[in-house]
Amino acid sequence: MKEKNRSYVGRSNPSLSQILQSGGTKTRLSALVMGLGCLLHKQVIKGALYLAIEIAFVMFMIRSGFHSLAMLAGLGSVPQKEVWNEELQVYLYTKGDQSILILLNGLGIIMIIVLFFVIWRAGMRSVYRAEMLDRAGSHVPSFTEDLKSLLDENLPYTLMTPPMFFIIVLTILPLIYMICMAFTNYSKIGNHLVLFDWVGLRNFATLFDRSSVLGGTFWKVLLWTLVWAFFATFTNYFFGMILAILINRKDTKIKGFWRFCFVLSCAVPMFVSLLIMRTMLQPEGAVNVMLRNVGLIPAGSSLPFFTNATWARITVIVINIWVGVPYTLLQLTGVLQNIPADLYEAAEVDGANQVQQFFSITLPYMFYVTTPYLIATFTANVNNFNVIYLLSGGDPVTNLASTAGDTDLLVTWLYKLTIEKQYYNIGAVVGILTFVILAVGSLLTYRNTKSYKEEGGF
Amino acid sequence: MNSAKTKRTRNNVIVHIILAVLAVIWLFPIFWVILTSFRAEKGSYVSTFFPKSYTLANYKKLFTDTTILNFPRMFTNTLIIAVFSCILSTFFVLSVAYCLSRLRFKFRKPYMNMAMILGLFPGFMSMVAVYFILKAVGLTEGSLIPLALILCYSGGAALSFQIAKGFFDTIPISIDEAAMIDGCTHWQVFTKITLPLSRPIIIYTILTSFIAPWVDFIFAKVICRANADQYTVAIGLWKMLEKEYIDNWYTCFAAGAVLISIPIAILFLRMQKYYVDGLSGGVKG
Repeated sequence: MKEKNRSYVGRSNPSLSQILQSGGTKTRLSALVMGLGCLLHKQVIKGALYLAIEIAFVMFMIRSGFHSLAMLAGLGSVPQKEVWNEELQVYLYTKGDQSILILLNGLGIIMIIVLFFVIWRAGMRSVYRAEMLDRAGSHVPSFTEDLKSLLDENLPYTLMTPPMFFIIVLTILPLIYMICMAFTNYSKIGNHLVLFDWVGLRNFATLFDRSSVLGGTFWKVLLWTLVWAFFATFTNYFFGMILAILINRKDTKIKGFWRFCFVLSCAVPMFVSLLIMRTMLQPEGAVNVMLRNVGLIPAGSSLPFFTNATWARITVIVINIWVGVPYTLLQLTGVLQNIPADLYEAAEVDGANQVQQFFSITLPYMFYVTTPYLIATFTANVNNFNVIYLLSGGDPVTNLASTAGDTDLLVTWLYKLTIEKQYYNIGAVVGILTFVILAVGSLLTYRNTKSYKEEGGF
Repeated sequence: MNSAKTKRTRNNVIVHIILAVLAVIWLFPIFWVILTSFRAEKGSYVSTFFPKSYTLANYKKLFTDTTILNFPRMFTNTLIIAVFSCILSTFFVLSVAYCLSRLRFKFRKPYMNMAMILGLFPGFMSMVAVYFILKAVGLTEGSLIPLALILCYSGGAALSFQIAKGFFDTIPISIDEAAMIDGCTHWQVFTKITLPLSRPIIIYTILTSFIAPWVDFIFAKVICRANADQYTVAIGLWKMLEKEYIDNWYTCFAAGAVLISIPIAILFLRMQKYYVDGLSGGVKG
């Protein structure tokens, strides 16, 4: 019984200071020489592995790691030069510094150091555990047993490591990389595409300054992004809900057929249907040609779907209804069917008609249940790249000095700034601000909702 | 009594008319593409809804005219990328979802919070950085581009575990406990009990991750840049609508769009149910 208790203690996660205080000399020494404790407790392979990792890490840091870290402060300063080579009678280019590579290397090294620290801490724990077990006179797990535990009680670590690795390399590292760029002058402006420096918060200041071109554009784009997200979310929500109610009414015939008609349009890949819409709505596209043929608009003229700012804004919102309503229909049908039927029965007894029922039962219930869904949709709409980029591409551009068109959202503007204009630093600032707005917004609304305050109170 | 009945019939007729009109609006663009794909006249500007004459030449051209836009090549590229990224993502999503649903470990909550926070960043923000990173390891040249795209599509897959996790949550935990008492390890529970019980969600995960490379076009464009040999179907279709190609390729674009829409539409209609279940699981909370 006592032994069982001990081994349980060994399995819990002691803090580092605890380990260093109560651990013996072997454990304390292992902080310097990783794996020493394991070796002394007869866990030879494990100890050797830890030691090998430490040696590899130290070698790596001495050979290139410290240098890369040091370069991170200045981001390089040696420009590429032409040197006349007498022997070959040609100009040779010396290898200059490339700030983006220096930044990437530096971040990579920091990640490796963090990773090493994690491994080191795991090593300390395992040494401490081995010592505790040894002291209690119970069995210290062998290497094969450790391997077996990877498929049992340590399964999460086995299964989560590969996905985690890819998330770190392809999601987190790029994000940190871009966030760093927001504090540099990496931009086509001033020709800083090869060598750039840290500039602190200057880019944020530029963007908040309404009088500068970029600043003016930012506020305009931000306002339109919020307007767009609001309308895109709520038009879809109400339209989808009404459609779902119409289809699911008791008296509606061939329900499956109606649902199929609408769902078919979201089964077509979104970029295909958006591109089709775009070509149909061009000045010489199918819609205008047909309107001319019918005689609704005079020959030779066309409706300015994407060439007039107000028209373009309304067009993208309307087409977004076409794109989004089938999804909303699918998602809300289930929730609507969950509304307790006795609420409606009671209302009918009281003599409420269908419109009254909709406003005093359906809507309150739906708002209550679907607030998290609404927040998620709003967030998705702020980041809705596809609809805007594929439909209007941000056009029309009415202010030629600015880099954004009238229907550009923050995300599509970000795309234009980085990919097309190569203003990487400004693009990164826009990305960070989008995140801040979304994070604060969704946190505040979520906290204020009924479904958060009184869970399950309906 | 009689007036109530006529009122009801009237309401019914109105509702059905509204639904019919809406259905026509929703289906119009789809019919239009299908008609265009069989249209014999060239160019994107037409004066009639129905083509003057019908032909299969557009489909034929798509697969035989490989000089400018090599559609068969793009098709194989996309197929390869889709198969591999689908295997990787399915593995990632299922294992992460299982761990988060069934096992308790220290970084479980932090991981879920991290996934939520990362979801708030605009996905395209880090796209350039991803390109730089892939370039630094030399994956953006020539025949390695498909590998880069596979990594892009499956790398972040483990962050969208919610639907699969919601499904695993519904499997009674007592089954796991019974198996553990009989001496199963967690790994055995996962592979021999949970996975066989989760056929629908496995199919759902496989299909969604298989479809992604066919419909994504932004990432593919940034990674492929000017390497026309490595283009995926989505970039190819986008190219066909650019100014220099649109006159000759517009009807072929419609044909290509129909071709990739048919399988995706079938898959989508079949897995509609899981889609709804997965989402409403999240809504019901």
